[in-house]
Amino acid sequence: MFLQEAPADTLSYMILGYIVILGTMALFVVRLALRFRGLRRDLELLDELERSEKR
Amino acid sequence: MDPMPKGLKALNAVTGVLFVVALYLVLFYAPREAVMGEVQRVFYFHVAAGWVGALAFIVAAVSGVVYLARGDHRWDRVGLASVEIGIAFTLINIISGSIWARPVWNTWWTWDPRLVTATVMELIYIAYVMLRQGIEDPDRRARFGAVYAIVGFLSVPLTFLSIRIFRTIHPVVIGSSDPTAQGTFDMTPKMLTAFMFSLLTFTFIYATLLWHRLRLEVLSERVERRKIDLTAGGL
Repeated sequence: MFLQEAPADTLSYMILGYIVILGTMALFVVRLALRFRGLRRDLELLDELERSEKR
Repeated sequence: MDPMPKGLKALNAVTGVLFVVALYLVLFYAPREAVMGEVQRVFYFHVAAGWVGALAFIVAAVSGVVYLARGDHRWDRVGLASVEIGIAFTLINIISGSIWARPVWNTWWTWDPRLVTATVMELIYIAYVMLRQGIEDPDRRARFGAVYAIVGFLSVPLTFLSIRIFRTIHPVVIGSSDPTAQGTFDMTPKMLTAFMFSLLTFTFIYATLLWHRLRLEVLSERVERRKIDLTAGGL
């Protein structure tokens, strides 16, 4: 590598690196959004239960 | 759930813009490294992710200290939220480093002190989340979390300093002109701009994610409280 004239051809590793970086960040955000959605549904369900109990 | 605060909306927008600019800088503005080629571009986000991991664990340790001093559960929430973000970004740091190492060191993994200490740090904080889940009592859980975050924090400076304390092949990025540094990493001004901008952008990403994660924790506690109230009400 150190005696070469042109830079090493490492484009595929760069692409793989950015897929991992951006993919992991996207997964974190999606997981956060899904947890929000699940909790909102739980809250709606609890509201509904409370209303039916009062009736 | 309360509507999203204006401050968080603004932070989302600023972080989004910063992220797009950072991507442009690292992929197009920064020059191709003369020896390593394109894979060197992984370095910008690799270090920035490592920085977010360290910052998140620092915040968790400080939150632990404040919780023990005041007993306010809000600080326990901050600690847990910060650790979760730190785990994700340390994972990015470790895997992207491994991908960079394959063409440069000719191996995906080597038992280098930096790689080992970073992985041990990651495992320590994964254990923090797992062990918390096994404690029912909220006060005990928060107290345990606080003490664990403070003690676990010892792994952060050890990871940062490992490339100076031990013999290693990992490049020294911060303070590479220091004669005690065993490796060097010289950057052109354009590379330095992309690097510093990436650090700034990832700091904003951390702040944004922390705010969202804290809102999630508040919502989660609200749901738990409602469940208890309904059960107590005879439902």
